[in-house]
Amino acid sequence: MSKNLKLFLIYLKIGAFTFGGGFAMIPLIEREVVENNKWMDSQEFTDSLALCQSVPGAIAVNNAVFIGYRINGVLGAISAGFGVVLPSFLIIMAVASVFAQIKDISMIDSIFNGIRAAVVALILTAGLRLLSVTAFNLFIIGLTFLGIAVLEINPIFVILGAITLGIMKNRNEDR
Amino acid sequence: MILAELFLSFLKIGIFSFGGGYCMLPLIQNEIITKNNWINLDTFIDIIATSQMTPGPIAVNSATFIGFQMGGVLGSAVNTFGVILLPAIIVMFLSKYVEKFKDSKLIKDIFSGLRPALVGLILASAYTVGKTAIFNLQTLLIALGIFIIINKTKIHPILAIVISGVLGAAVL
Repeated sequence: MSKNLKLFLIYLKIGAFTFGGGFAMIPLIEREVVENNKWMDSQEFTDSLALCQSVPGAIAVNNAVFIGYRINGVLGAISAGFGVVLPSFLIIMAVASVFAQIKDISMIDSIFNGIRAAVVALILTAGLRLLSVTAFNLFIIGLTFLGIAVLEINPIFVILGAITLGIMKNRNEDR
Repeated sequence: MILAELFLSFLKIGIFSFGGGYCMLPLIQNEIITKNNWINLDTFIDIIATSQMTPGPIAVNSATFIGFQMGGVLGSAVNTFGVILLPAIIVMFLSKYVEKFKDSKLIKDIFSGLRPALVGLILASAYTVGKTAIFNLQTLLIALGIFIIINKTKIHPILAIVISGVLGAAVL
């Protein structure tokens, strides 16, 4: 089997079976990449994850592109990236096409109202799990929250502002 | 040229989507609801819930869903391509120079401000989603109940969503 086809099929599987966000799929990717195919060792894999998390983009897609590129250049990256995105692409289009027809049924509306309330709990939990309490962190969290939720500033500017403050703080401490 | 506008918006979302998952919700919300009014907040929350129940990252799922609503299969394809294009280019570039960047001081500095900002972004989206999703005592109790069970038990988020849907059908 060609490398491209293999990459495509492996990431197709990863894309189809990983529910609940990027971090859930890491063990599955590691088994395929490190154990089954020996494309890289465990240390290299961990380093690649750190890198995929520190750049913009969904971690699953970034990982697919990273590994694909390592193994077979741009074509490898395209094969793996296409594979990881394809399952959710098809599923979401199917959901979107029935969504408009069912959402006005009153029973469905009640179900969705219940689910929307649960989404608040899920988001809040995700935020609190990432929380690490230091004075500087709380300051940035407070500013970000205020900027986006209350003042409704474009999140891009808020992100850039927080990055600037972080750099200023570290440069200050180094002196 | 709705397709071009969609593509540009999701290109922007892609390049600024640090931290994954819920961190990018305020960004997506700003582009597709506040600025362009392509969908309403209720639909946006439904996309978040759908993303939890189906495989795939939220950013990609939102891109696909909104693209489909605005321009069918082609819209979906354009959006999905837009949201992953720039991160993919960055990743390919960095994978060549991974050793150099691993211990870079600049990256560490950037992250000392970015990391807490991502928490703020998530909490802000909990707040805006909450303002719409919690509109009476029943929805408040569902939100609180789900919050407690996902934090006190090891229940899978998909099951929590199913429970909330059943509760919604029962009491709303």
